[in-house]
Amino acid sequence: MSRLKELFKKQNERVLNVYCTAGYPQLNSTLQVMESLQANGANIIELGMPYSDPLADGEVIQSSGNVAIANGMTIDTLFEQLKTMRENIHIPVVLMGYMNPILQYGFETFCKKAKAVGVDGLILPDLPLYEFEHIYGKTIQENNLDFVFLVTPETPEDRLRKLDSLSTGFLYAVSSSATTGKDKDFSKVALYLQKLQAMQLKNPVLVGFGIKDKETFNAVCAYSNGAIIGSAYINALSKGNSVSDTTAQFLNVVLN
Amino acid sequence: MHSFNKAMNYQNPSKEGYYGDFGGAYIPEMLYSNVETLKAQYIQIMQDPEFQKEFHALLKDYVGRPTPLFYAERLSKEIGTQIYLKREDLCHTGAHKINNTVGQILLAQRLGKKKIIAETGAGQHGVATATVCALKGMECVVYMGEKDIERQAPNVARMKMLGATVIPATSGSKTLKDATNEAIRAWINEPNETHYIIGSVVGPHPYPDMVARFQSVISDEIRKQLKEKTGSELPTHVVACVGGGSNAAGAFYHFLNEETVELVAVEAAGHGVHSGMSAATTQLGKPGILHGSKSILMQTPDGQVVEPHSISAGLDYPGIGPLHAFLYESKRGTFTSATDEEALDWAFHLSEIEGIIPALETAHAFAILHKMNFKPTDVVVVCLSGRGDKDLATYMQVMDLKK
Repeated sequence: MSRLKELFKKQNERVLNVYCTAGYPQLNSTLQVMESLQANGANIIELGMPYSDPLADGEVIQSSGNVAIANGMTIDTLFEQLKTMRENIHIPVVLMGYMNPILQYGFETFCKKAKAVGVDGLILPDLPLYEFEHIYGKTIQENNLDFVFLVTPETPEDRLRKLDSLSTGFLYAVSSSATTGKDKDFSKVALYLQKLQAMQLKNPVLVGFGIKDKETFNAVCAYSNGAIIGSAYINALSKGNSVSDTTAQFLNVVLN
Repeated sequence: MHSFNKAMNYQNPSKEGYYGDFGGAYIPEMLYSNVETLKAQYIQIMQDPEFQKEFHALLKDYVGRPTPLFYAERLSKEIGTQIYLKREDLCHTGAHKINNTVGQILLAQRLGKKKIIAETGAGQHGVATATVCALKGMECVVYMGEKDIERQAPNVARMKMLGATVIPATSGSKTLKDATNEAIRAWINEPNETHYIIGSVVGPHPYPDMVARFQSVISDEIRKQLKEKTGSELPTHVVACVGGGSNAAGAFYHFLNEETVELVAVEAAGHGVHSGMSAATTQLGKPGILHGSKSILMQTPDGQVVEPHSISAGLDYPGIGPLHAFLYESKRGTFTSATDEEALDWAFHLSEIEGIIPALETAHAFAILHKMNFKPTDVVVVCLSGRGDKDLATYMQVMDLKK
């Protein structure tokens, strides 16, 4: 059974997925950040592979990516760093990134290496449904990687069912159509999440975009299996001095 | 690797927006509804007789079409062939860009949109968008790279005078690529009321096809005008500069399936193709994905998009439209390039021998003519895509240096 499946079998509420950017704040801080997240209560790590033109991301994640690229982070370097990941990291790890760097690396090699270092799944926001079904999905499945589609409040119901049926691990519900790091109107989000709950989807639902603290985490957890925090954590890392202190303090505020 | 629809003609992409292996709609789910609505309706709206009537009336009475096809006598003599200039520089606002914005604003109205956003490089598309927004009373926000705002000051002033808000893009190279990123993000953040008028044949399907169709009026007119002047609708060559590729797409469109017509695309070589300061995408790029479509893209071996360089803001783009990528790959198009210096020389030369001051972008198309080995009997149409008023500051600097 995949790590994600096992996790949701054990825990189907208040699952916390935290996003971090590979190679940020320092080139070699990737594993340290991941270990701190695990030690302080994150249930899933979404590890972002930096890209020069990340369309779905707001300013905060974009600039962490630029720092990481300037630090020298590449997919090759990342896989080198992750070789020893499973010695200490036991929670699910999902790679998030954009198609272009992966295509240059070679899509099949990428999937093979990701699996080999112990990555559990992929989130590729600019891989469309059509191309997933006709080209790339097969390679992802052959390598036993989970694949997580995004859905938004504007996603029509038949498409939502289809994206759910093709996703494994969990479904990523974007709280409202926006880039990452923007504030949301949570009464509207609640209505949307209730609608998703009523649909009885195949996958657990994690809610992302706009989740930044205890209040917003609790608000979406009331109607979903958990949430994804990204920009708020990167923001904290950019201001804090030590990765472990910043992470402990940040997750303590969200979870307790 | 899977390959799409080999049996297409050059004008029509596949249902999913592919020209050969290039195109598609690589967009985050947040844009799906908007792009899908557009995809479902653009052909139907554009083919509606009422739409056609309004579009062509505006092209005639507002834009000033048809633009002349002018036989350039002194230039022809110098190059040793017969050269006709398609005078898009005489369009209202000074370039071909308005053909597309007139079409898209009418489309946006029919989609019930209230607000328009756009990206711009040289500012020509921004001005053309601000213009049609003023004409139709719609709110207009234009994203423009901080560096381009500095080098295209007159166009920034024009956009503001036309009532548009100009927002500087401050990320990355602070040019067209980054302005496009910011415009797409803005669209993601308010998708329902907003239409994004992309200015070139780039972006997710259906934009490349839609923009090419609106610009195709250029080659439609060339055929008719050439028939009148030469007795044949077909030239031997059509030459156009290519950044994203909208004037080239428009000038090539009705010749794409005419095998005898050589289509010549001129990219910006900057300081030289291999100088590290260039925007010659087909020479330096590899297949990749940027701004929602698969095309040819200037990038590092790790797949990070490279910051291009061209003296002309309108060609300073690391990609190229998927149609052009396909024309390049299939060898249907002839791709060549001109440097900053050559373009500047030709901006002055064209001014001196034909009395036409071209835009810096356009000057690239002229800078390759003497290298093409044309025959005296050849009929060469050059798309004179824009006028040089916006580049006067650059031209004045050159004249100061020559003193």
